[in-house]
Order: sequence, then C-alpha cells, then structure tokens
Amino acid sequence: MSSRIFAGQCASAGFAEGPVHVARSAPAGAVRHAPHQCDADSERARLAGAVETALAAIAALMAQQVGEAAEILEFQTAMLADEALTEPAFAAISQGASAGEAWSGSMAAMIGDYEAAEDDYFRARASDLADIRDAVLQALHGGGEADLPPGCGIYLAEDLTPSRFLSLDWTGKGIALIKGSATSHVAMLARSRQIPMVVNLGEVPARQGEAALLDAAAAHLILDPDTAERRDFADAEQAFRAVRTEKDLDALRPAVTGDGEAVSVLINIADPSELVDLDPAICDGIGLVRTELMFSGRGNLPDEEEQFAAYRTILDWAGNRPVIIRSLDAGGDKPIPGYTLDGETNPFLGLRGVRLSLRRPDVFRQQIRALLRAAPFGALKVMAPMVSTPDEMRAVRGLFESEADDLARNALPYKIPDLGMMVEVPAAAYLFDRFNVDFGSIGSNDLAQYIMAAGRDSAEVSNLARTDDPAVLHAIAAAVEGAKRRGVSLSLCGDAASDPALVPALLGTGLRALSCAPRAVGAVKRAIGAYRGIEA
Amino acid sequence: MTTSACVLLRHDVGLHARPSVKLTKLAKTFSANVELALSEDGPWIDAKSIVKVMAFKAPKDTVLHFRADGADADNAVQRLIDLVESDFGEGGV
Repeated sequence: MSSRIFAGQCASAGFAEGPVHVARSAPAGAVRHAPHQCDADSERARLAGAVETALAAIAALMAQQVGEAAEILEFQTAMLADEALTEPAFAAISQGASAGEAWSGSMAAMIGDYEAAEDDYFRARASDLADIRDAVLQALHGGGEADLPPGCGIYLAEDLTPSRFLSLDWTGKGIALIKGSATSHVAMLARSRQIPMVVNLGEVPARQGEAALLDAAAAHLILDPDTAERRDFADAEQAFRAVRTEKDLDALRPAVTGDGEAVSVLINIADPSELVDLDPAICDGIGLVRTELMFSGRGNLPDEEEQFAAYRTILDWAGNRPVIIRSLDAGGDKPIPGYTLDGETNPFLGLRGVRLSLRRPDVFRQQIRALLRAAPFGALKVMAPMVSTPDEMRAVRGLFESEADDLARNALPYKIPDLGMMVEVPAAAYLFDRFNVDFGSIGSNDLAQYIMAAGRDSAEVSNLARTDDPAVLHAIAAAVEGAKRRGVSLSLCGDAASDPALVPALLGTGLRALSCAPRAVGAVKRAIGAYRGIEA
Repeated sequence: MTTSACVLLRHDVGLHARPSVKLTKLAKTFSANVELALSEDGPWIDAKSIVKVMAFKAPKDTVLHFRADGADADNAVQRLIDLVESDFGEGGV
C-alpha cells in the first residue's frame, strides 16, 4: 500500500489529519421525483412552500452570524426572494414538470451561466446558487446530510456551500474539495474561522475512513501517508503553529509596565464583523466603536432596530468587558450625504461630531434609543465626539434622559449607560475637569492637529501633527490630571495607541489605558512591558 | 416623467454580491420604477431585482445608467448615483 498525493489550491491555511469522510456527491434529492402526478397547481404550491421554508432556514442561520457570514446569507436571501429567480421554474411547472424537476432545471441553467463567467469572482458565486438550489430541494424532498460523523478528520466533497459550512462544527477538522474556489464565500468563512481548506484537487478516489493528511498551506492532500510523510507533516505543522502562536501569545498576556503597573489595553473597531475571529481575551474591553461605517455610503441611515442589533452583537462578544461606543462622528473628513453640511470652508473646525448630532436630533435620538435598549445586555458606555463645552454634554445627557423616559412610558427595557466624551478639542483637554462625564477618551489624531494647527488632510503639513510633539503630550498630561481631579477614567484611542514606538511617551503622560487596533495588541503590550517610568 | 443619470462604477471587484445587495435594497425603498442598464440604449432591467442586477456581471469601470419614473423618481436616481459614487460605502470612514 503506498500513499497518494493530490495537489490543489490553498483556500485557507492550516493542517488537519484523520480519517477521510467522503461526502455524498449529489445534492439531496436532486434525482428523486415525488411519487405523485404532476398537477401544475399543486406543484406550484409545493415549490412556493419549499421556497418559503428555505428562506426561513437561511434566515434562522443568518440570525446566528455576524459580518461576512451574515452578508453571504443576506445575499442568498435576496436572490431567493427575487421573483426573477423562481419565474423560470414556475414556467416549467406550467409546461408539466414536477416542482423538483422544474427547480433543478432552472437553477442548473443559472448555475451554468455563472460557471461560464469570465470573471473568477462571478464564477465563484455559482456555489451560492448551488446552496440556494439545495436548500429548496431539501425542503421539497427532505433528506440531506446531518452532522459530520464522529471521528471525521478531513471532509472530502465535490464542493461545499456556505450554509452547510455554517451549520456544522469544524473544530479540529479540515476540508478538501474536488472543485471549489479560493475566492468563494465558503473559502472566506473558512479563513476567518481558521479551518484548513484546500480546493480544486480534482478527482480524489479515497476510501471512506482512509487515513489522510491535509497540508492546506502547501495545498496537498495525502492519502494513506507513510512514516516519512507523517514526519514532514508534523514538522511543517509545528513550524506553522509556532509562527501563529507567537503572535498571539503576547496579545493574551496582561499588560504590565516594567515597574509593575497594570495598563488597560482595549481595542478599536468599526463594525461587528471585525470581531468574528477575535478572541476577547486579548483585550480589557473595546475602547472605541466607530459608528460612522454603519451610516456612510448608504442611501438611508440605519434604523433603530438595525443599530440595536449591531450594538447587541458587539456587547455579546465582549461579555462583561466594557464597550465604549462613540456616537455618530460625521463631518470633517467624514461626509455623509443628506446629513453633513456641504461646502464648509473649514470642515475640521465646522459642524461635525456632537455639534452636528445636536443639530440633527432626529438622527441622534434614534441612535440614543438603540443604545439605551442595548445597554442592559452588557457593560456599555457611550461617548460623544468633538465635545468643546460642558453645555454640549448637558444636552447629550438631557437627550438620553428624555429618550429613557419615553422607553419607560412604553414599558421597554433599557438602561442609561455611563456617558463620556472624546477629548480631542484643546478646550476639552485643558479643562477636562469642567465636564460632567463618567469617563473620557483622548482622540489623539484630532487633538494633535488642533494643538499644532496642522491639518491631517494636508500632505504639506501633516507631519507637524505628531502626537509625540511636546506640546501635544503636554495637553494629554493636562487631561490626565483633570481626569484624576474628577475621579474618572481616561484612555487614549487615537492611532498613536497602535504605535509601539509611541507607547513610552503616552505612558509618560500618566495614561494607563490605551485602545489600539486589534492587530497591534501584541506589539503594544510588549512595549508596555518594556517601559520603566523615571521618577522626577 | 422619467429621470435618468449615469455614473462610473469604480468598485474593485465590479458589481458583485455585496454592492448588488446594497443597490437593490436601496432601489426597493422607492415607490418609483427604477431601471438599470449598461448603455443608454439598454437593455434596461429592474434595479430592484438582484438576480437581474447580478446577471450583468458588470466589471469595474463600467458606466451604470439609471432611469426611474414615478413619484420619488428624482430622489431615487440621485440616491443610487450617490451610492455608486461613494463606492458602496466600502471606502471606509
């Protein structure tokens, strides 16, 4: 008995070994015909019912996903709900076909059309259509593989649909596909969950349960490996893990300076989808959720329900770790059609951040309601950007209380979260203790540009707006003092917090909480560990 | 009265799944009939149908033509143009 090697394309790097499970190659029930007469009316009703069932199943799966995975399923839902998709099948039923035949036939035509596309990306969408086809066939005929059999190490199939991927637990397993593509949705999902996957292997005549090794980094599947191959595999896997783990280990350690002082390290995000493959254990919380992405580039602003769902998703991920959500920060270099002002000569000094929010209470109140309703589900804090005067914070607090009263009158659950502010306007940095806030966070990008009077948007002068300029550090230190006098916490969430080289200067101001980009956590914690303060 | 306008599709991967979902979702918020074509002479397809929009497989640097008629036609065309111009909100803020 000798080993056999098959080469494909890497869709998601990693290593897996174990018995091969050869999946059934035909989609469930594709060839079975319902054993009754093809009465057009009842076949139409059967197909319509199956489409409804499939839509409900996809919706149920979508409810458990965030980000990319949810978008893929949203795409499938939109396609399946489109009359243009089901029209040809209904027409075929009128010609005498059974629901199953009509559906398989019309979907085969569309799938074939996509598979023939010139563009790799559009070719990869064929797999989504196959997913939809199977979902409806399953509803029509029943059947379809349930869970992965126990002891399955490597799943070998012709292709794999996103919804099937999402409905199974792949921990410790690998995926080997005869067809498939590295740009497919399912490949993206496998990468984000770090499940090893190789595609385009071509025919693999494997025996059910045969021993196998999957080296997804080199894109090889080895059936019935010999000792030398097993050894090489183990070495390659160890090397791979070492690189991956080394990066992660530093991120998981608590951040303590060389003097033994603890520093909070939090992360900045802009969208729930960024949390998909992040381990909450790397951080002490989320120091900044930028809500602008939810608002920009759309024809309509997201409604209260959509916002509520997104905030809840983030809070669920964080568990009992604090989550600081920043209210809409638009204007300046962040325009939103129909919301921000056009034609300001000095947008950075204009109607932006909380100023704009207070001027557009219709939009602000909607966000506030969504935040109030999400607050009971975690440790939520809310901060307002570009605050310059204590009156602005009073107004913000007033709106929260007003919306809370309304929710109370309607017997809806809510909680008023801790309310704080971004410290980015010099007025706020220097007199931070004038502000009635529960916490603050320094927006070093904007603070540096205002202190140095140099725009971030101008290549000519942006080099002046350095966070480690003594004048900027002086302003930060003033804010730190103000926060101490006020007895509230102060963090820094600007880009500077993600730069390990700036950590000593930031810690030197007295800051002991930094919120950085998730991928910078390890490096920032290392820099914190190396810092020793010098007693003046 | 029909309103029409056109816009260059700059999105890297072309009119693929995510932009198509955003485009059709937006089109559906208007009561007007909204149509899309790759040239002024058509063929025009229903911009609310994701199946039809995706079927164009429009690559980057295609000019998209929109036309609408109905009560909120002007608004519909303007907002769809804005959406494409803003690269479907994927430029990042």
